[in-house]
Amino acid sequence: MKNLLEHIGIEPGRLHFSWISSAEATKFVDVANQVYEAVKEVGPAQVFIKRLAEVA
Amino acid sequence: MIQYTDKIREIAGRLLKDGTVEVFIGYRKGTVPMMNEPVLIRDPDQVDTLHWDVNCGLNLCNYLTRRTEKIGILATGCNSRNIVTHIIENQIKREQLYIVGIPCTGMVDHRAVKRAVGGKEILSAEQQGEKLIVKGADFEKTFEIKEILQSNCAVCRHRNPVEVDEMVADPVPEQEGVEPYKDVESVEGMEPRKKWEFFTRLISRCLRCYACRNACPLCYCPTCFVDESRPQWVGKSNDPTDTMTFHFLRAYHCAGRCTDCGACERVCPVGISMRQFTKKLNKDAEELFSWEAGLTLEQRPPLDVYRPDDYNDFIK
Ligand code: SF4
Ligand code: SF4
Ligand code: SF4
Repeated sequence: MKNLLEHIGIEPGRLHFSWISSAEATKFVDVANQVYEAVKEVGPAQVFIKRLAEVA
Repeated sequence: MIQYTDKIREIAGRLLKDGTVEVFIGYRKGTVPMMNEPVLIRDPDQVDTLHWDVNCGLNLCNYLTRRTEKIGILATGCNSRNIVTHIIENQIKREQLYIVGIPCTGMVDHRAVKRAVGGKEILSAEQQGEKLIVKGADFEKTFEIKEILQSNCAVCRHRNPVEVDEMVADPVPEQEGVEPYKDVESVEGMEPRKKWEFFTRLISRCLRCYACRNACPLCYCPTCFVDESRPQWVGKSNDPTDTMTFHFLRAYHCAGRCTDCGACERVCPVGISMRQFTKKLNKDAEELFSWEAGLTLEQRPPLDVYRPDDYNDFIK
Protein backbone atom coordinates (compact mmCIF):
# COMPACT_ATOMS: atom_id res chain seq x y z
CA MET A 1 0.00 0.00 0.00
CA LYS A 2 2.72 2.42 1.07
CA ASN A 3 4.93 1.37 -1.82
CA LEU A 4 2.20 1.91 -4.39
CA LEU A 5 1.16 5.27 -2.93
CA GLU A 6 4.75 6.41 -3.04
CA HIS A 7 5.05 5.02 -6.55
CA ILE A 8 2.23 7.28 -7.73
CA GLY A 9 3.84 10.31 -6.14
CA ILE A 10 2.92 10.57 -2.46
CA GLU A 11 6.11 11.69 -0.67
CA PRO A 12 7.91 9.16 1.53
CA GLY A 13 7.40 10.55 5.02
CA ARG A 14 3.74 11.36 4.57
CA LEU A 15 2.29 7.95 5.22
CA HIS A 16 3.11 5.98 8.35
CA PHE A 17 2.15 2.60 9.66
CA SER A 18 2.59 1.34 13.16
CA TRP A 19 1.36 -1.41 15.43
CA ILE A 20 0.87 -0.19 18.97
CA SER A 21 -0.76 -2.11 21.77
CA SER A 22 -3.06 -0.27 24.19
CA ALA A 23 -0.44 -0.94 26.87
CA GLU A 24 2.34 0.81 24.96
CA ALA A 25 1.73 4.42 25.95
CA THR A 26 5.32 5.54 25.50
CA LYS A 27 5.57 3.92 22.08
CA PHE A 28 2.41 5.78 21.06
CA VAL A 29 3.87 9.10 22.12
CA ASP A 30 7.15 8.38 20.34
CA VAL A 31 5.47 7.37 17.12
CA ALA A 32 3.11 10.35 17.20
CA ASN A 33 6.07 12.67 17.63
CA GLN A 34 8.01 11.02 14.83
CA VAL A 35 5.03 11.23 12.51
CA TYR A 36 4.58 14.89 13.40
CA GLU A 37 8.22 15.66 12.67
CA ALA A 38 8.29 13.70 9.43
CA VAL A 39 5.10 15.23 8.11
CA LYS A 40 6.16 18.72 9.11
CA GLU A 41 9.30 18.19 7.08
CA VAL A 42 7.45 17.25 3.87
CA GLY A 43 5.05 20.17 4.34
CA PRO A 44 1.37 20.50 3.46
CA ALA A 45 0.04 17.97 0.94
CA GLN A 46 -0.08 19.31 -2.60
CA VAL A 47 -1.47 16.30 -4.39
CA PHE A 48 -4.29 13.78 -4.06
CA ILE A 49 -6.58 16.43 -2.59
CA LYS A 50 -10.22 16.56 -3.48
CA ARG A 51 -11.58 20.06 -3.65
CA LEU A 52 -15.28 20.23 -2.97
CA ALA A 53 -17.41 22.14 -5.41
CA GLU A 54 -17.92 25.72 -4.30
CA VAL A 55 -21.50 26.34 -3.40
CA ALA A 56 -22.81 29.87 -3.44
CA MET B 1 -3.88 -20.34 -36.59
CA ILE B 2 -5.86 -22.91 -38.52
CA GLN B 3 -4.17 -25.87 -36.79
CA TYR B 4 -5.06 -24.62 -33.33
CA THR B 5 -8.61 -23.77 -34.37
CA ASP B 6 -9.19 -27.23 -35.88
CA LYS B 7 -7.73 -28.92 -32.84
CA ILE B 8 -9.81 -26.80 -30.44
CA ARG B 9 -13.01 -27.65 -32.33
CA GLU B 10 -12.13 -31.32 -32.30
CA ILE B 11 -11.41 -31.34 -28.55
CA ALA B 12 -14.50 -29.28 -27.68
CA GLY B 13 -16.73 -31.54 -29.80
CA ARG B 14 -15.35 -34.65 -28.13
CA LEU B 15 -15.73 -33.26 -24.60
CA LEU B 16 -19.30 -32.08 -25.16
CA LYS B 17 -20.34 -35.36 -26.85
CA ASP B 18 -18.92 -37.68 -24.23
CA GLY B 19 -20.28 -35.56 -21.41
CA THR B 20 -16.92 -34.66 -19.86
CA VAL B 21 -18.13 -31.08 -19.88
CA GLU B 22 -21.53 -29.39 -20.17
CA VAL B 23 -20.23 -26.14 -21.55
CA PHE B 24 -17.09 -25.16 -23.42
CA ILE B 25 -15.66 -21.66 -23.12
CA GLY B 26 -13.59 -20.43 -26.04
CA TYR B 27 -13.48 -17.62 -28.56
CA ARG B 28 -15.31 -16.90 -31.78
CA LYS B 29 -14.50 -14.38 -34.46
CA GLY B 30 -15.63 -10.92 -33.45
CA THR B 31 -17.96 -8.78 -35.52
CA VAL B 32 -15.14 -6.28 -36.02
CA PRO B 33 -11.56 -7.21 -37.01
CA MET B 34 -9.04 -7.94 -34.22
CA MET B 35 -11.79 -8.28 -31.61
CA ASN B 36 -12.45 -11.95 -31.07
CA GLU B 37 -15.05 -12.51 -28.43
CA PRO B 38 -15.67 -15.13 -25.77
CA VAL B 39 -18.30 -17.74 -26.53
CA LEU B 40 -19.96 -20.44 -24.41
CA ILE B 41 -20.86 -23.55 -26.37
CA ARG B 42 -23.24 -26.22 -25.12
CA ASP B 43 -24.22 -27.98 -28.33
CA PRO B 44 -21.51 -30.18 -29.91
CA ASP B 45 -22.91 -29.27 -33.33
CA GLN B 46 -21.86 -25.67 -32.80
CA VAL B 47 -18.19 -26.17 -32.17
CA ASP B 48 -17.42 -24.78 -35.61
CA THR B 49 -18.04 -21.27 -34.28
CA LEU B 50 -14.88 -21.67 -32.17
CA HIS B 51 -11.89 -19.78 -33.47
CA TRP B 52 -8.31 -19.07 -32.48
CA ASP B 53 -5.78 -16.49 -33.62
CA VAL B 54 -3.67 -13.63 -32.26
CA ASN B 55 -6.73 -11.54 -31.42
CA CYS B 56 -7.93 -13.62 -28.48
CA GLY B 57 -6.68 -11.23 -25.81
CA LEU B 58 -9.73 -11.25 -23.54
CA ASN B 59 -9.42 -13.34 -20.41
CA LEU B 60 -11.79 -16.32 -20.41
CA CYS B 61 -11.33 -16.96 -16.73
CA ASN B 62 -13.72 -14.06 -16.26
CA TYR B 63 -16.58 -16.38 -17.21
CA LEU B 64 -15.85 -19.04 -14.62
CA THR B 65 -16.76 -17.28 -11.40
CA ARG B 66 -19.09 -19.38 -9.26
CA ARG B 67 -20.34 -21.54 -12.11
CA THR B 68 -21.73 -24.88 -11.05
CA GLU B 69 -21.57 -27.04 -14.18
CA LYS B 70 -18.66 -28.97 -15.64
CA ILE B 71 -16.69 -26.66 -17.85
CA GLY B 72 -14.16 -27.00 -20.62
CA ILE B 73 -12.06 -23.89 -21.03
CA LEU B 74 -9.20 -22.71 -23.22
CA ALA B 75 -6.18 -21.38 -21.39
CA THR B 76 -3.05 -19.58 -22.51
CA GLY B 77 -0.23 -19.05 -20.01
CA CYS B 78 -1.73 -16.01 -18.33
CA ASN B 79 -5.33 -17.28 -18.49
CA SER B 80 -4.26 -20.54 -16.84
CA ARG B 81 -2.66 -18.56 -14.03
CA ASN B 82 -5.93 -16.69 -13.53
CA ILE B 83 -7.74 -20.03 -13.42
CA VAL B 84 -5.31 -21.21 -10.73
CA THR B 85 -5.96 -17.98 -8.82
CA HIS B 86 -9.71 -18.58 -9.13
CA ILE B 87 -9.30 -22.09 -7.71
CA ILE B 88 -7.15 -20.84 -4.83
CA GLU B 89 -9.76 -18.17 -4.06
CA ASN B 90 -12.62 -20.72 -4.11
CA GLN B 91 -14.37 -19.21 -7.10
CA ILE B 92 -14.37 -22.52 -8.97
CA LYS B 93 -13.38 -26.10 -8.21
CA ARG B 94 -10.55 -27.83 -10.03
CA GLU B 95 -12.72 -30.97 -10.45
CA GLN B 96 -15.27 -28.96 -12.42
CA LEU B 97 -12.74 -27.94 -15.02
CA TYR B 98 -11.24 -29.52 -18.06
CA ILE B 99 -8.49 -27.12 -19.07
CA VAL B 100 -7.42 -27.11 -22.69
CA GLY B 101 -3.98 -25.54 -22.80
CA ILE B 102 -2.74 -23.26 -25.56
CA PRO B 103 0.98 -22.69 -25.97
CA CYS B 104 0.86 -18.99 -26.65
CA THR B 105 3.14 -16.69 -28.59
CA GLY B 106 1.30 -13.49 -27.76
CA MET B 107 -1.61 -11.31 -28.73
CA VAL B 108 -1.65 -8.44 -31.16
CA ASP B 109 -1.98 -4.87 -29.88
CA HIS B 110 -4.97 -3.67 -31.89
CA ARG B 111 -4.11 -0.03 -31.15
CA ALA B 112 -0.60 -0.42 -32.58
CA VAL B 113 -2.08 -1.82 -35.80
CA LYS B 114 -4.62 0.96 -36.00
CA ARG B 115 -1.87 3.55 -35.50
CA ALA B 116 0.34 1.93 -38.11
CA VAL B 117 -2.35 2.28 -40.77
CA GLY B 118 -2.89 5.93 -39.87
CA GLY B 119 -6.18 5.33 -38.08
CA LYS B 120 -7.93 4.23 -41.26
CA GLU B 121 -10.82 1.82 -40.98
CA ILE B 122 -9.68 -1.79 -40.98
CA LEU B 123 -11.99 -4.20 -42.74
CA SER B 124 -10.13 -7.43 -42.11
CA ALA B 125 -7.10 -8.70 -40.24
CA GLU B 126 -6.12 -12.29 -40.96
CA GLN B 127 -3.31 -14.18 -39.34
CA GLN B 128 -1.06 -16.21 -41.63
CA GLY B 129 1.57 -17.93 -39.59
CA GLU B 130 3.84 -15.26 -38.13
CA LYS B 131 2.20 -12.50 -40.10
CA LEU B 132 -0.96 -10.46 -39.83
CA ILE B 133 -2.47 -9.22 -43.06
CA VAL B 134 -4.54 -6.13 -42.57
CA LYS B 135 -6.88 -4.82 -45.25
CA GLY B 136 -8.95 -1.68 -45.59
CA ALA B 137 -10.95 -0.14 -48.43
CA ASP B 138 -7.83 1.24 -50.17
CA PHE B 139 -4.84 -0.38 -48.50
CA GLU B 140 -3.28 -3.67 -47.55
CA LYS B 141 -0.45 -4.02 -45.06
CA THR B 142 1.44 -7.02 -43.72
CA PHE B 143 2.78 -7.00 -40.18
CA GLU B 144 5.26 -9.25 -38.43
CA ILE B 145 3.26 -10.32 -35.40
CA LYS B 146 6.40 -10.19 -33.24
CA GLU B 147 6.58 -6.46 -33.81
CA ILE B 148 3.00 -5.59 -32.90
CA LEU B 149 2.52 -7.64 -29.73
CA GLN B 150 0.67 -6.27 -26.74
CA SER B 151 3.20 -4.81 -24.34
CA ASN B 152 2.46 -7.45 -21.70
CA CYS B 153 2.93 -10.29 -24.21
CA ALA B 154 6.25 -8.86 -25.37
CA VAL B 155 7.65 -9.39 -21.86
CA CYS B 156 5.66 -12.53 -20.98
CA ARG B 157 7.63 -15.19 -19.09
CA HIS B 158 4.88 -17.81 -18.83
CA ARG B 159 3.55 -18.43 -22.29
CA ASN B 160 2.72 -22.06 -21.64
CA PRO B 161 -0.20 -22.87 -19.39
CA VAL B 162 0.71 -23.95 -15.86
CA GLU B 163 -2.28 -26.19 -15.18
CA VAL B 164 -3.81 -28.28 -17.99
CA ASP B 165 -5.70 -31.45 -18.77
CA GLU B 166 -4.83 -31.50 -22.44
CA MET B 167 -2.66 -29.40 -24.71
CA VAL B 168 -3.63 -28.18 -28.16
CA ALA B 169 0.00 -28.40 -29.30
CA ASP B 170 3.52 -28.88 -27.97
CA PRO B 171 4.75 -26.19 -25.56
CA VAL B 172 6.47 -23.16 -27.06
CA PRO B 173 9.88 -22.06 -25.77
CA GLU B 174 9.64 -19.45 -23.02
CA GLN B 175 11.18 -16.05 -23.74
CA GLU B 176 14.60 -15.61 -22.18
CA GLY B 177 16.17 -12.39 -20.99
CA VAL B 178 13.06 -10.23 -21.05
CA GLU B 179 13.01 -7.25 -18.73
CA PRO B 180 9.42 -7.19 -17.54
CA TYR B 181 9.66 -4.19 -15.23
CA LYS B 182 11.65 -1.66 -17.23
CA ASP B 183 8.73 0.77 -17.38
CA VAL B 184 8.12 0.49 -13.63
CA GLU B 185 11.78 1.12 -12.91
CA SER B 186 11.81 4.27 -14.96
CA VAL B 187 8.94 5.64 -12.85
CA GLU B 188 10.65 4.50 -9.65
CA GLY B 189 13.58 6.71 -10.54
CA MET B 190 11.46 9.88 -10.62
CA GLU B 191 10.95 12.53 -7.95
CA PRO B 192 7.60 12.26 -6.10
CA ARG B 193 6.17 15.24 -7.96
CA LYS B 194 7.16 13.80 -11.33
CA LYS B 195 5.61 10.48 -10.39
CA TRP B 196 2.39 12.23 -9.51
CA GLU B 197 2.41 14.08 -12.82
CA PHE B 198 3.12 10.85 -14.69
CA PHE B 199 0.12 9.06 -13.19
CA THR B 200 -2.13 12.11 -13.38
CA ARG B 201 -1.40 12.41 -17.07
CA LEU B 202 -1.77 8.65 -17.55
CA ILE B 203 -5.35 8.58 -16.30
CA SER B 204 -6.43 12.05 -17.38
CA ARG B 205 -8.63 10.72 -20.15
CA CYS B 206 -10.31 8.06 -18.04
CA LEU B 207 -14.08 8.01 -18.47
CA ARG B 208 -14.73 5.85 -15.41
CA CYS B 209 -16.48 3.36 -17.68
CA TYR B 210 -15.03 0.50 -15.61
CA ALA B 211 -14.40 -1.67 -18.66
CA CYS B 212 -10.94 -2.43 -17.25
CA ARG B 213 -12.52 -3.74 -14.09
CA ASN B 214 -15.15 -5.74 -15.91
CA ALA B 215 -12.64 -7.41 -18.21
CA CYS B 216 -10.50 -8.57 -15.31
CA PRO B 217 -11.15 -12.02 -13.85
CA LEU B 218 -9.91 -10.84 -10.47
CA CYS B 219 -12.75 -8.34 -10.15
CA TYR B 220 -15.58 -10.65 -9.19
CA CYS B 221 -16.95 -8.87 -6.12
CA PRO B 222 -20.79 -8.88 -6.21
CA THR B 223 -20.68 -5.12 -5.52
CA CYS B 224 -17.49 -3.31 -6.42
CA PHE B 225 -16.31 -0.59 -4.04
CA VAL B 226 -16.89 2.01 -6.76
CA ASP B 227 -20.56 1.06 -7.08
CA GLU B 228 -21.28 0.92 -3.39
CA SER B 229 -23.33 3.87 -2.17
CA ARG B 230 -23.81 3.06 1.53
CA PRO B 231 -21.18 3.95 2.47
CA GLN B 232 -19.86 5.62 -0.64
CA TRP B 233 -16.15 4.88 -0.65
CA VAL B 234 -15.24 6.98 -3.64
CA GLY B 235 -16.94 9.77 -5.59
CA LYS B 236 -18.64 8.67 -8.79
CA SER B 237 -17.91 11.65 -10.99
CA ASN B 238 -14.77 11.96 -13.08
CA ASP B 239 -13.17 14.30 -10.58
CA PRO B 240 -9.41 13.65 -10.98
CA THR B 241 -8.97 12.72 -7.31
CA ASP B 242 -11.81 10.22 -7.43
CA THR B 243 -10.42 8.76 -10.64
CA MET B 244 -7.00 8.40 -9.04
CA THR B 245 -8.62 6.74 -6.02
CA PHE B 246 -10.43 4.31 -8.31
CA HIS B 247 -7.24 3.34 -10.15
CA PHE B 248 -5.18 3.12 -7.02
CA LEU B 249 -7.66 0.90 -5.22
CA ARG B 250 -8.53 -1.26 -8.19
CA ALA B 251 -4.84 -2.00 -8.56
CA TYR B 252 -4.46 -2.70 -4.89
CA HIS B 253 -7.34 -5.17 -4.99
CA CYS B 254 -5.30 -7.06 -7.56
CA ALA B 255 -2.12 -7.15 -5.47
CA GLY B 256 -0.46 -10.55 -5.57
CA ARG B 257 -3.18 -11.77 -7.94
CA CYS B 258 -2.60 -9.99 -11.25
CA THR B 259 -1.13 -12.16 -14.00
CA ASP B 260 -0.44 -9.24 -16.34
CA CYS B 261 -2.78 -10.78 -18.92
CA GLY B 262 -3.41 -7.35 -20.41
CA ALA B 263 -7.19 -7.72 -20.73
CA CYS B 264 -7.79 -4.50 -18.76
CA GLU B 265 -5.61 -2.46 -21.07
CA ARG B 266 -6.98 -4.12 -24.17
CA VAL B 267 -10.56 -3.07 -23.47
CA CYS B 268 -10.01 0.55 -22.43
CA PRO B 269 -11.88 2.77 -24.90
CA VAL B 270 -9.34 5.57 -24.52
CA GLY B 271 -6.17 3.45 -24.42
CA ILE B 272 -5.03 4.04 -20.84
CA SER B 273 -2.08 1.97 -19.62
CA MET B 274 -3.54 1.15 -16.24
CA ARG B 275 -1.15 -1.81 -15.99
CA GLN B 276 1.39 0.76 -14.75
CA PHE B 277 -0.37 0.49 -11.40
CA THR B 278 -0.71 -3.29 -11.20
CA LYS B 279 2.80 -3.88 -12.52
CA LYS B 280 4.34 -2.01 -9.62
CA LEU B 281 2.50 -4.38 -7.27
CA ASN B 282 3.55 -7.40 -9.32
CA LYS B 283 7.13 -6.22 -9.10
CA ASP B 284 6.90 -5.73 -5.33
CA ALA B 285 5.27 -9.14 -4.89
CA GLU B 286 8.10 -10.68 -6.83
CA GLU B 287 10.89 -8.79 -5.08
CA LEU B 288 9.55 -8.85 -1.53
CA PHE B 289 7.69 -12.17 -1.47
CA SER B 290 9.22 -14.10 -4.40
CA TRP B 291 5.69 -14.41 -5.68
CA GLU B 292 4.20 -14.47 -9.15
CA ALA B 293 0.45 -14.99 -9.18
CA GLY B 294 -1.15 -18.25 -10.22
CA LEU B 295 1.87 -20.45 -10.80
CA THR B 296 0.84 -23.22 -8.42
CA LEU B 297 -2.16 -24.63 -6.60
CA GLU B 298 0.07 -25.67 -3.72
CA GLN B 299 0.99 -22.32 -2.22
CA ARG B 300 -1.17 -19.63 -0.61
CA PRO B 301 -0.70 -16.08 -1.92
CA PRO B 302 1.41 -13.63 0.13
CA LEU B 303 -1.47 -11.42 1.30
CA ASP B 304 -3.23 -14.44 2.74
CA VAL B 305 -0.52 -15.92 4.95
CA TYR B 306 1.66 -14.63 7.73
CA ARG B 307 5.30 -15.52 7.99
CA PRO B 308 7.48 -14.15 10.78
CA ASP B 309 10.05 -13.05 8.23
CA ASP B 310 7.55 -11.19 6.03
CA TYR B 311 8.67 -7.85 4.63
CA ASN B 312 7.68 -5.18 7.15
CA ASP B 313 10.05 -2.26 6.67
CA PHE B 314 7.12 0.13 6.43
CA ILE B 315 5.83 -0.58 9.95
CA LYS B 316 7.28 1.12 13.00
S1 SF4 C 1 0.62 -12.63 -21.52
FE1 SF4 C 1 1.77 -14.44 -22.28
S2 SF4 C 1 0.34 -16.15 -22.17
FE2 SF4 C 1 -0.86 -14.25 -21.97
S3 SF4 C 1 -1.55 -13.83 -24.06
FE3 SF4 C 1 0.37 -12.70 -23.75
S4 SF4 C 1 2.01 -14.09 -24.45
FE4 SF4 C 1 0.15 -15.30 -24.21
S1 SF4 D 1 -5.44 -6.36 -13.60
FE1 SF4 D 1 -5.37 -6.44 -15.87
S2 SF4 D 1 -3.51 -7.56 -16.34
FE2 SF4 D 1 -3.98 -7.97 -14.17
S3 SF4 D 1 -5.19 -9.87 -14.19
FE3 SF4 D 1 -6.64 -8.14 -14.25
S4 SF4 D 1 -7.07 -7.83 -16.45
FE4 SF4 D 1 -5.19 -9.08 -16.27
S1 SF4 E 1 -11.40 1.15 -19.17
FE1 SF4 E 1 -10.16 3.03 -19.42
S2 SF4 E 1 -11.68 4.72 -19.43
FE2 SF4 E 1 -12.72 2.89 -18.61
S3 SF4 E 1 -12.48 3.09 -16.38
FE3 SF4 E 1 -10.78 1.81 -17.12
S4 SF4 E 1 -9.09 3.24 -17.48
FE4 SF4 E 1 -10.97 4.46 -17.32
